[in-house]
Amino acid sequence: MALKDITLGQYFPGHSPVHRLDPRTKLLAVVLYIVALFLAQWFVSYAVMFLVLAGSIAISGVPVKSILRGMKPVVFIVVFTALLNLFYSGGDTVLVRFWIFTITLEGVFRAFFMVVRILMLISGTFLLTYTTSPILLTDGLESLLSPLKKLHAPIHELSMIMSIALRFIPTLIEETDKIMSAQRARGADFESGNLIQRAKALLPLLVPLFISAFRRAEELATAMECRCYHGGEGRTRLRQLKYRGADWFTLALFLAVTVGVGVLGHFGL
Amino acid sequence: MDPILETKQLSHIYSAGTPFERTALDGVDFRAYPGEYLGIIGHTGSGKSTLIQHLNGLLKPTSGQVLFQGTDIWSDPKITRQTRFRVGLVFQYPEYQLFEETVYKDISFGPQNMGLDQKEVDRRVRAAAYFVGLRDDQLEKSPFELSGGQKRRVAIAGVIAMEPQVLILDEPTAGLDPEGVESILGNIRDYHRAHNATIILVSHSMEEMARTVDRLVVVNGGKLPFEGTPREVFQHGDELERMGLGVPQLTRVFHRLRALGVDIDPSVYTLEQAKGAVLDALAKRGKALEKGVE
Repeated sequence: MALKDITLGQYFPGHSPVHRLDPRTKLLAVVLYIVALFLAQWFVSYAVMFLVLAGSIAISGVPVKSILRGMKPVVFIVVFTALLNLFYSGGDTVLVRFWIFTITLEGVFRAFFMVVRILMLISGTFLLTYTTSPILLTDGLESLLSPLKKLHAPIHELSMIMSIALRFIPTLIEETDKIMSAQRARGADFESGNLIQRAKALLPLLVPLFISAFRRAEELATAMECRCYHGGEGRTRLRQLKYRGADWFTLALFLAVTVGVGVLGHFGL
Repeated sequence: MDPILETKQLSHIYSAGTPFERTALDGVDFRAYPGEYLGIIGHTGSGKSTLIQHLNGLLKPTSGQVLFQGTDIWSDPKITRQTRFRVGLVFQYPEYQLFEETVYKDISFGPQNMGLDQKEVDRRVRAAAYFVGLRDDQLEKSPFELSGGQKRRVAIAGVIAMEPQVLILDEPTAGLDPEGVESILGNIRDYHRAHNATIILVSHSMEEMARTVDRLVVVNGGKLPFEGTPREVFQHGDELERMGLGVPQLTRVFHRLRALGVDIDPSVYTLEQAKGAVLDALAKRGKALEKGVE
C-alpha cells in the first residue's frame, strides 16, 4: 500500500491562461457559471453553456480524461436523479405507461437536462480545482470574503487554518507512511484480522502520529510567534493577487454569458 | 562465502503508470555477507532508503529478486513475514515510532508479534535493553518521559529484541551529540560481536563510516557505482565529490597534498593511517635529501 499515490486536491500544475487567471476571477466565474446553468432552460441555452465549458477546458489543457475520471463518484447520484425526473415529472405527452410508472416526453427532456446540468456543474468546479492550487484558492477566498471582516468574522484566521491544514496534509501522509513501515518492520500487521483486531492494530500507528502532529503544531506555533505573527492586521503577502486584463475580460465574458443565458431562459429557449 | 542477503537486478519504480513515476532503483545487485559490518552511503534521494526497505520485505520489487539465505523472500507470504523478523530494520529517527505505555511493553512489541512465549519475550526484552544500556528501572517508565537519546535507545532495542540475523540501521546517530553517537555505535558493535550478526549501517557521514565499517557500498541515482573497503572507495574521491558525498576531511587533505605535488599516499581516512603516511613521506624526502648531500 503506497499512501504517497493518493492525489491531494486535484491540482494539475500547468501554465495555461486558465491556470494564470487570478483565483478570485476563477471563483467568481464559477459562481456565475453555476447561476447561468440554473437559468438555462432549453437546448439553445445549454448549447451556449456547453461551448463555454468546452472552451475553458480546451484552453486549460487539462485532459478531458481526468475530468471524466472525476465523475465516477457521482454516477450514482446522476442516475438516481435521472430516474426520479424521468418517472415523476408529470406532463401530457405520454410515451410509455406500465404498472405505476408513466414516462412522458416532458419527463424525458427534464431528466436529460438535469443530467447535463449536474455533469456540467461538476466539470466546471473540477476545472477550478484542477487549475488552481489549494493555497491560491484559499488566498482568493480570503480576499473575496474580506468585506465580512467589517462584521468581525475571523476571515483571516479561518483562511490561515485552512492554509496550514492543506500544507500539513502531505507531511502527515508521509509521516503515516513512515510509521506504518517502521511498525511493519517490527511485525505489525495492518491488513488482516477482523474489524476489532484491525482497529487494535492501528494503535501503534495512531499514537505516534498524534504525538507527532501535536509536536509539529507546537513547533509551528513557536516559529510563528518568533516571527511576531499576531493575526491578519496589516500583514502583506508573498503571493500578491493582482487583477490583469485577462481577469477583467474573463469576468465580463462570464457576466455576459450569464445575462445572455438568463434572457434566453426567460424566453424558454 | 554465500551472501546472507542478496538482490538480483532489483528495480523499483514509485507511482508506476502515473505522471509522477520515478525510478528509485535501477537493476541493483547488492550482497551482504554473514557477520560483516557493511556501510551503505548515498545522499538524500539516491535510493538508499528504498534499497534497505527491500531488504526486509517492506517494499516489493517492481522487478528483480531479493534473496535471504538463497530464498526469494517474496516466494511465499509466510517467508516475507519471517524475513521482517530476521532482517531487523531501524528507521531514521526511530524514537517517533514509540507508542506503548512503558518502555518494556514497547520493546516487547516485536517479539510478541513473532509469537514467542512469555518467558522468551521477557528474556529478549531484558537482553535488548542491556545491549543499548537501559537500566532496569527505566523499563517501567513511559517512553515519553525519557530524553531524546534514550528514546532512540528504546526504539533500537525494540528491533534488537527480535534478535535479527541482519540488523539494518538508517542514520542511527542523526541529531545526537558526539557522546551519544559514540555510545550508540558502541552498542551496535556489541550486538554485532555477541550475535555475529550482519550489520548494515546507512549514513551520509563519511567520517563515521570510515571508522566503523568493513565494507562500503555507494548508492547514487538508483545504482551502486562503487563498493569495497573504505580505502578502495575513497580512492574515487573526485567522483564521490561529484555525487555530493565527498570523502572524509582527512582524505581530502591528502588528496589535495597529492595534487600539489607531494609524494604521499592519498588513500588514508583515519588519524593513525595519516600519521603513517606523513612519516613515510617525510622519510622518503629525508632519504632524497641525504642523497642530494652526498
